Order: sequence, then C-alpha cells, then structure tokens
Amino acid sequence: MAFYSEKVMDHFANPRNVGEIKDADGVGEVGNPVCGDMMKFYIKVKDNKIEDVKFKTFGCGAAIAVSSMVSEMALGKTLEEALEITNASVAKELGGLPPNKMHCSNLGADALHKAIENYKKKGV
Amino acid sequence: MKQIYLDNQSNTKMDDIVFDAMLPYLKENYGNPQSIYSLGQISKDAIEQARISVAKLINAQNNEIIFTSCGSESNNLALKGFAYANLKKGKHIIVSSIEHFSILNSVKALSSEGFEITYLPVDGEGFVNIKELKKALRKDTILVSIQHANTEIGVIQDIAGISKIVKEKNISMHVDAVCTAGIIPIDVASLNIDMLTLASSVIYGPKGAAALYVKKGTLIKTQIDGGVQEFSKRAGTENVPAIAGFGIACDIAMSEMQKNFDYTKVLRDKLINGLKDKIEYIYLNGSINNRLPNNVNFSIEFVEGEALFLMLDAKGIMAASGSSCASKSLKMSHVLTALNVNTAVGQGSIVFTLSKFNTSEEIDYVIEEFPKIVERLRSMSPLYDHFIKTGTRMKAGPGTDYDDHDHEHCDNI
Repeated sequence: MAFYSEKVMDHFANPRNVGEIKDADGVGEVGNPVCGDMMKFYIKVKDNKIEDVKFKTFGCGAAIAVSSMVSEMALGKTLEEALEITNASVAKELGGLPPNKMHCSNLGADALHKAIENYKKKGV
Repeated sequence: MKQIYLDNQSNTKMDDIVFDAMLPYLKENYGNPQSIYSLGQISKDAIEQARISVAKLINAQNNEIIFTSCGSESNNLALKGFAYANLKKGKHIIVSSIEHFSILNSVKALSSEGFEITYLPVDGEGFVNIKELKKALRKDTILVSIQHANTEIGVIQDIAGISKIVKEKNISMHVDAVCTAGIIPIDVASLNIDMLTLASSVIYGPKGAAALYVKKGTLIKTQIDGGVQEFSKRAGTENVPAIAGFGIACDIAMSEMQKNFDYTKVLRDKLINGLKDKIEYIYLNGSINNRLPNNVNFSIEFVEGEALFLMLDAKGIMAASGSSCASKSLKMSHVLTALNVNTAVGQGSIVFTLSKFNTSEEIDYVIEEFPKIVERLRSMSPLYDHFIKTGTRMKAGPGTDYDDHDHEHCDNI
C-alpha cells in the first residue's frame, strides 16, 4: 500500500487554490519553519460567506494536501460553517493520513480559523 | 515512465552475476551447512568461499569474518558483544554523534545497563573532532566506534589517524564501514582496528547478509545463543544464498572498485554542479573533498524535503531526505543537526546516492526536472514569499504569532 492515500497524492500533485489574495479580508498563519510545516491562508468574505480562499504552504506532502483540501472545503461556506471544519474532518475527507502526520502536518483548519478570526477582529 | 534510482546508500540493485550465483542455493543446494552429508557440505563450501571473498576485500584472515544478517546486527554484535565480554576492563564507550542508529541505539541500550557513553561532536563539514576524541579517552574507556563514512552526507573520516590515537592508549576500535567496504579500499591490518562492519545490500549484493570482522584475540560475547555456527559467535542457520551472493558481490566490488569510483564520481560532480548552477539558495551538506564518490546531499532553502522527493518520485526519480517530515520520528536528521545545519534550512534536505548502474543521461534528466520542482514548491511557499518580498528570512520562535500551535513533535527549536 502507498504511504499516502490517492486523494492525498492528488491534492499534493494538483493543489487547489494556491496563491495569495492581495486585498484579503482575513489572513491566518500556523506552523513554524523550524518544524518543517507552515501554512498561510487568505480569505475574501462577502455576505458572511467565504467568497475566495487562497493559501501558501511550506511543508511535506500531507501539509500541502491538507491545505488544498481545506481551501476546497471552505470555499462558498458561511463563516459559521467554515469554523466547523476541523483538522479531523479534513483528514477524513482526504481518505485518512498516516498516524505520524495527523498532528504535525494537519494544521490547515487551524490556519483557516485564524484567517476567519483575523477577519472578525478587523470588523469590530 | 522512467525509473531513475538514486537512493543507493539505502540499497543497491543486485548485480545479475550475484543473482545467478545465489540461485543454486535457493533451489537444489538446500542443505544445512551444519550437516555433514554431501548436500550440507555444498552449502558449507559456499559459505567458506564467501568468507574468503569478504576477508580479501578488507585484508583480514578468513577466520576473522563472522556472517550476520545485516549491518545493524553486526553493529549490535560489535558494540554489545564487546562491551559484555570486556566488562572487567571498564565501562566507558566513545562513539561519534553521527553514527548509524544501530550504533547509537546499541550504546543507548548499554547506557541503561551502567555503561557510560561519550558522543563526539563533528565539525561543520562532518569530521570527528580529534581534539575532543583525545580529551574523551579515559582509563576505563574500552571501545571507540567511529563510522568510516556517513550514510547521509558521505563524509569519510580519517580512520587511520583516529585509530592511531586510540590504539596508543590500548583501547579497542570498531569501524562501521557499511558505506565504504567495497566502494573504497579498506585494509584492517594497516588501519590497526579490532572490529569492522560491512554489508552486502549496498554493494550490489542481496539483503540478508552482512559481516563483522573481529580481529583474532578480540573477545566478543554472542548476542544470539544457540549452536556453534560462525565460531559460536552468531548462532542460527546460515542464510546460505545471501552469504554466497555477498561473497560474489565482494569479488566484483574488488575488481571494479577503481572503475566504479571514477565513474560515479564524475556523475556525482556533474549532479552537484548542475544543480548548483540552476538553483539559488542551495547548500551542499558535508565536505566536498573527503566524500564518497556517490553521495550528493543538498539543503534547499524555503522548501521541505518530503515534498521534494514525492515530486521527484512522480517524475520517476527516487531519492531520500533528512527532513523531519520525511522521518518516522519527525525529527530532522541527527546528522544534519550535528553539523549545525540551520533547522529551517535542513528541512529542505535531499539526498541522491548514485550507483554504477546510473547513467549520464539520467543525471541530465534530474538536472532538468529537479529545478522545476524546487521552483514549483517555492512558488507555494510562504517562506519564499516572505523572503522575496522583504529580503529577510522569516524568523521562528517565541513571540511570533505562529508559535502558539502545539509543537511538541518538534524537537529541534
């Protein structure tokens, strides 16, 4: 059996929504270069919905696949729905992750939530 | 799709001649070498023939070669076997900090049983610090174990120089030569060492066979109790086909040594220079001068090693990495750590190890494809983005807003 699921490899090889949004409404960053994983998420919000999402990720195959999957799951969702995306649900959508990758590389949902928090703070 | 195998320090493709030589012992010659009837003696002869070949490769006596199943087993036997057999002499052992895990974990096990271990540092190029070695030698030091060359960075230690210092104090010396035996000349007699580990699967031989050279008169305690195989130093029915193949692999290695050395070195230098010319912010790990002719180890800044080798794999190129994410333990390679490689930069480590089967065209292909992969990963890297926009490297550590995540897995901050 391959180390990663087919879905992980697909999202790694063809990541969706890579890039940055110059006039983003919210930006969220997690990870640490020293640990080998870092993710930065950008969101554009309209009518309480995530209208656009982009990310940049430094990390392993899982980290890139997770970022891509989170971006796909978040797109078009309301902020409340997007906040319900968890690291666990992302891993599930990807058809599972190797056990040692569950905690280190699976930070995408955290990065998204930080971007939403950042947006909400700006709104206050 | 192309298949370009560049992880030859992990395992080499078997030589066809070796494979053919093994076949009879997998089929018709199935006797147990310990049996006295003819079928048993055919197997016994194969083992003794292989013993001659292994001994010749390192200039040892035949009865100084003990066959084992792998390099790790040889290293365990050397370290634990020697320590337990020489308890009366002392309980202090010295190893380098960049040894293979079979050495490091053997001495770790010994330390839990009352042995004291000193780990020698290496300099930025990967060489064992001789001053530190001299300082570390004590009256109760029984053994010094230093690798001949390192698996990851290919740096070749000055074993003759180290051995001279160690033997002056009448201390025994073990050398892990898995990376060098069959690749560069080794003469255990002139090196004046007591034990040496060598393995089959990295010199175009099969897995399942390795050896430990034990100088006559050196006491070691068996780590597998049982019968009288291997001079009662390693019980268990011998893996005859693998040992026979190992012997042939040693014969071939000896006759082709200079040719293979020159051939792979040309490819190595082509790959090093080709990648350096095409990729910015790329750093060679380990000394360029005293280095295995087949080792290339780069840190590529702003990208991560596992992502690099997965993308290489998608192009049919197989390589290794020393990044945290590429290791099951989620720690950056202990070798890069010992070399004091910046931890963020070391995450982008990629290791190519060449063999006599690689071609110049294959290297061209890697030089063509790899820079594109680096560029692609950098285009999605927030670290590179930050560097391009600000000209500075993103700092990590307390106070940054991305540091409050749970990083208990990350031992290298």
